[in-house]
Amino acid sequence: MSFHPLMIYDRQRFQQSERRMVEEGPPFTFTAARRDTLDELLTKYPPEQKRSAVLAALYLVQEQQGHLTASGMRHVAEILQLTPAEVEDVATYYVMFFREKVGKYVLQVCRTLSCALAGAERVTEALAEKLGIHIGETDPSGMFTLLEFECLGACDRAPIVMVNNEHWHEKATPESCGRLVDDLKARGEAALSGCHLRVEK
Amino acid sequence: MEPVLTKYVREPNSFTLDFFLKHDGYAGLRKAVSMEPNAVIEMVKASGLRGRGGAGFPTGMKWQFVDKKTEPRYIACNADESEPGTFKDHVLMERNPHLLFEGCLIGCWAIGAKVAYIYIRGEFYHVQRVMEAELAKAYAQGYAGKNIMGTGWDCDIVIHRGAGAYEAGEETALIESLEGKRAQPRIKPPFPAVAGLYNKPTAVNNVETLCNLPSILINGAEWFAALGPEKNGGPKLFCVSGHVKKPGVFEASMRTSLRELIYDQKFAGGIREGRKLKAVIPGGSSVPILLENQLDVPASFDDVQKAGSMLGSAGIIVMDETTCMVWAAKNLLYFYKHESCGKCTPCREGGDWLFKILTRIENGEGEMRDIDLLTSVGNNIAGKTLCAFGDAAATPALTTVKNFRAEFEAHVREGRCTVPADWRAAKPLVGAH
Repeated sequence: MSFHPLMIYDRQRFQQSERRMVEEGPPFTFTAARRDTLDELLTKYPPEQKRSAVLAALYLVQEQQGHLTASGMRHVAEILQLTPAEVEDVATYYVMFFREKVGKYVLQVCRTLSCALAGAERVTEALAEKLGIHIGETDPSGMFTLLEFECLGACDRAPIVMVNNEHWHEKATPESCGRLVDDLKARGEAALSGCHLRVEK
Repeated sequence: MEPVLTKYVREPNSFTLDFFLKHDGYAGLRKAVSMEPNAVIEMVKASGLRGRGGAGFPTGMKWQFVDKKTEPRYIACNADESEPGTFKDHVLMERNPHLLFEGCLIGCWAIGAKVAYIYIRGEFYHVQRVMEAELAKAYAQGYAGKNIMGTGWDCDIVIHRGAGAYEAGEETALIESLEGKRAQPRIKPPFPAVAGLYNKPTAVNNVETLCNLPSILINGAEWFAALGPEKNGGPKLFCVSGHVKKPGVFEASMRTSLRELIYDQKFAGGIREGRKLKAVIPGGSSVPILLENQLDVPASFDDVQKAGSMLGSAGIIVMDETTCMVWAAKNLLYFYKHESCGKCTPCREGGDWLFKILTRIENGEGEMRDIDLLTSVGNNIAGKTLCAFGDAAATPALTTVKNFRAEFEAHVREGRCTVPADWRAAKPLVGAH
């Protein structure tokens, strides 16, 4: 049956959902320290409003295993007395939660107008070429994921490359990003410090 | 004008409690708690302070609307700064977090709230860590928490991290997100002042708005109002970015003209590499474009509106003659289609279509009728959604077609981008994934 001659349901895929299921992943429980952090956070909201801590809890899952899995989200649901669907509803909305495996370093290039005017497209192009991957992919070694990101609120330091949801690299150029990749390969996380507030300094 | 909000931001220790206490720190709060809450609201009303988040709604009036009979009440500080081109709250929070804490507490005193939630965007985690360390110091020294400054008054401040959603900057969506849900707007009324966070009366205020409160309490309402034109009093932070020599946050009176902010050596210092200015977005990406001959207006809420745009969040994005306006519109529409929360159909579907049509035109595959189609789709989004996002999403398409129609026609006629620039990617990146 079809509502439109060009939308033939059997032959084309109009009727198929684009929803991607989150992988189950290994059984998940918070480490004792992270569970304590979450319990501490819960005291900041009214006792009957545990749901307010769901973003914080999902960050903790992501911190523990790099990305979100169905078992991780179920664990959060149990602690906060929510249904797994309520947690997934939130997790699939916010862009800072990774719902598939990502590289050790996630390079997020701001692509919105002010950064683009300052040459962000060239930066993304250079990174894609350097890593040999397209936007949204992880390189074969599993070390880098390249993403585009929407306005980071640092347009005076444009273009910005954010690493792992928190470390900013400001006034990026194709050359400086190439150096950043090499540096991360050579020195690991040490390469991420001291890059913030270059403008003020 | 002598800076008020950003006076000390370049001092190395400006973010610390010790430094803040040496420079009138928490003096505004001390003054506030010696007054009746209603007197504080009257004072803020008299100062004419208008919300710095974008709408420019008078803060005192917002507080007056808060239902004072229902307990508990809340202050929700909007620190989700996500409007493209806006980066003023970042500097305040990172370099002067105690000013914000003080502002939150004054707000709490005025409306009788016991908790202020600061909703900070997830990408500002480096700022959040500075704030949390300083907040702990404020608690330890009795400037927040129990028995504040020995007055017997208790008030908590909680910093809540968002997770990347532009829509969370809309006040009801922010409240939804604080409650642990998707950041999607609510139907209004009821307004947050009556039923906000956890269905309780809530005042949602921007960071810069709250940071203005201590100086109003210390120096008085008349002093504040006299800093700017009528009904646009106080200091204002302007964020200038794009093709200017010195992008940055500049504090100035709203008497300063847009042209001064862009060209003056005290401010952004003119256009890069001696090029000519083509278009200016004066208030964050959601507002209409102004052209070169429209810049001689004071950068105040009312005057920019008279010029045909809005001051919004005062994020001034400057584009020079090398900017293709079809490309710029497409860049912003990608943002809006990506960030649309999906609740209202016109915005969710319309934003996507605007992006598709713009991509078609930019790639040289468009037809002449596509240009009018953009206007038609845009007009069917604007004003037809629950929140202002719909208007914001339609604006980049409508305003570029209105002001640069010839450029759209040239794209269609010649089948290619007619304004290439060396700072853009060799091949279009957006939409490739």
